[in-house]
Amino acid sequence: MALTGMQIYKSLPKTNCKECGLPTCMAFAMQVAAKQRALADCPHISEEGKEALSEASAPPMRLIKIGAEGKQFELGQETVMFRHEEKFHRPSGIAVRIASSLSDQEVQARLDEINSRVFLRVGATLKIAFSAVEIEGCDDPAGRAKLAADKSDVPLILIGKTPGAMKSAVEAVKTQKPLIYKADASNIEDFAEIAASIKTPLAVGGSGIEELADLTRKAKAKGAEDLILSFDSKHMGETIRALTIARRSALKKQFRPLGYPAMVEIDSESLENESISASIFTAKYAGIVLINGMEPWEVLPIMVAIQDVYTDPQVPNTVEAKLYEIGSTDENSPVMFTTNFSLTYFSVEGEVERSRVPSYICVVDTEGLGVLNAYAGDKISAETVVKTLQEQKVSEKVKHRKLIIPGLLPIFRAEIEDTSEWKEVIIGPENAREIPAFLTGLAK
Amino acid sequence: MELPDVKEKWTAQINQVTIGATKDQGGTRARTVTVGGQTTMPFLTFEGELPFKPVIAGYVADTPPGWPEVLINAIGKEINSPEEWAQKCVEEYGVDLISLKMVGADPAVKDASPADCARVVEDVLKAVDVPLIIWGCGDDEKDNHVLPECSQAAKGENCLIGSAKESNYMTIVAICKADKHKIISEAPVDINIGKQVNILLQDAGFDLKDVVMFQTTAALGYGFDYVYTILERARIAGLKGDKLMASPQICDVGGEVWRIKEAVVDEDVLTGWGKLEKRGPMWEAVCAGVYLQAGADILIMAHPEAIKNIQMTIDQFLKGGKE
Repeated sequence: MALTGMQIYKSLPKTNCKECGLPTCMAFAMQVAAKQRALADCPHISEEGKEALSEASAPPMRLIKIGAEGKQFELGQETVMFRHEEKFHRPSGIAVRIASSLSDQEVQARLDEINSRVFLRVGATLKIAFSAVEIEGCDDPAGRAKLAADKSDVPLILIGKTPGAMKSAVEAVKTQKPLIYKADASNIEDFAEIAASIKTPLAVGGSGIEELADLTRKAKAKGAEDLILSFDSKHMGETIRALTIARRSALKKQFRPLGYPAMVEIDSESLENESISASIFTAKYAGIVLINGMEPWEVLPIMVAIQDVYTDPQVPNTVEAKLYEIGSTDENSPVMFTTNFSLTYFSVEGEVERSRVPSYICVVDTEGLGVLNAYAGDKISAETVVKTLQEQKVSEKVKHRKLIIPGLLPIFRAEIEDTSEWKEVIIGPENAREIPAFLTGLAK
Repeated sequence: MELPDVKEKWTAQINQVTIGATKDQGGTRARTVTVGGQTTMPFLTFEGELPFKPVIAGYVADTPPGWPEVLINAIGKEINSPEEWAQKCVEEYGVDLISLKMVGADPAVKDASPADCARVVEDVLKAVDVPLIIWGCGDDEKDNHVLPECSQAAKGENCLIGSAKESNYMTIVAICKADKHKIISEAPVDINIGKQVNILLQDAGFDLKDVVMFQTTAALGYGFDYVYTILERARIAGLKGDKLMASPQICDVGGEVWRIKEAVVDEDVLTGWGKLEKRGPMWEAVCAGVYLQAGADILIMAHPEAIKNIQMTIDQFLKGGKE
């Protein structure tokens, strides 16, 4: 966050001693603001002054890292309320609760399940971000935490309430830098001390947003600086409003006590409701959603919602330029091409699937532009189409030499027929929705 | 501790649009449905008014769409009769209104005649007493014949007719003015075209206060981010005083979700992705739920489980009252 000359001036000695080489402290402040001088060039600035300035120049929302070096999960340092204003920087993570009532064996099974809940979708690996272990109520909190640390592939959240149990659990796994969950008005001092001494992040929850702001101040006074604002979901409407108020306070008002990323503990009557609520909260400002279930059909939609909302809107969404086989294709299946703009590709893919005619779709790299834009911008030509078909060895997949081209590019037909082995170019539909009728007609 | 005041000062209100007409109003509906009227973003009651809650329109078609069995079975045999299907939506699923699409009119499907479509409209109007949304089949040329007859069959019922695009808006304006209906203006995932279509409607003499915007809809994972952001940007523009973007918005979630892989293909192919029976309705519900946050006012939905879960979500997010 850039500071103005006036803000910097307030923390200077204001003696106009000229030792920095400038006539006045104000002139020096202006140059620091313009990044032409460093603050250290002032020989008389006090420690408090330095601190105040570094504080003020910190980003409005702190970056928090959870987990051991090498497998850290990062959240925070978000900059906007709506993704179109820039982008959402750090995709939210799903945390799955492991109840204290489970036996060690059951815990192990659950951790295995968390580790294996991995999906490969449109080129991205989607997985659960945290194992959230309840240590409160376990006979041996430290042992439970250690078991989780040994078996979990992902960072840990330790769930507890009493300082004694939490302290022993955190100490047992301190190299894992787990998230302590959570401090409230009853234990803030002790929990903050644990977090500060081990330098591990701490989640803080209050009964209202005012209390929450008080508690983060208290935690900070104890030296715990890596904080996460924690919200429950008893009243989902209230939660969404609180998340919005906290984020606006941080980003628009630089209000430090709420300048931390947020998380929501979902408390739902069904896995279906949990999945919907968790997805909604990831879009409206929760960096972590803590849930109870992990059925694939429950977590996958949440993961894809995160994937979508956290996509950078300034970068065209693309799919890999290669040959896609839709359905059980064989040597007689039709071949078509389209662009690598994901919306174009998904429309074509969806309609081909709907047609139930197994087909090959060859995707040409158009730098993420749709058919007409790519053509207008010179990002697609008969030549690049032919080249892609050759690189993907499409002619080895089928025995025919018929190529379906987008209806918007009829102009490519002659050149493709003249310059490649694809001797029968068929002009396809202009709109993806006409593909099923077109393909079934072709098959007749 | 005192918190900073972070209330946004939105300057305008989203248009309030009422669909359906009761006997007193020249129709035959038992009740009407009103959407819009907001003075802030979704669910932010601490700084503005949300006079009407988002509503769910049950997806009904004249002919069963090419849907996967898991959805067809969940709806049951009623899917073969638009009247029975609509009744089931209203009586069992508790939807607020019916969205009737003339899937069978598509020359590539059954090429049902405009007269057949009009008869379906009449039958559904008799079968249920909730307001109606009426769509053509999506083929512009065919819809130019289908929609006028459907509109006439529902004359005075204050239906929402879909959809007006750059290519056909004159026809739609003419029939909606003549038969007293409201219009869905459609633009293909493009906020500028969306505004342009509204300008065309206005220039053609149609009051934008009688328009609902359709930015088209993308299924979760298939361009969802584009539509999400267009809904959000349009709503923000409307609240900031852009009268051309102040219309409530409709999303065809049911119509889009049930054609994508995650809602169609079972575990035998997508190993480890969970039973389709659960995954399909979950996909529809999450898609609808997140669109609510961006400014969707009418959600067209198909699967009874997804409908039930989103009804619960709407209630959960609206309760909690004001600050």
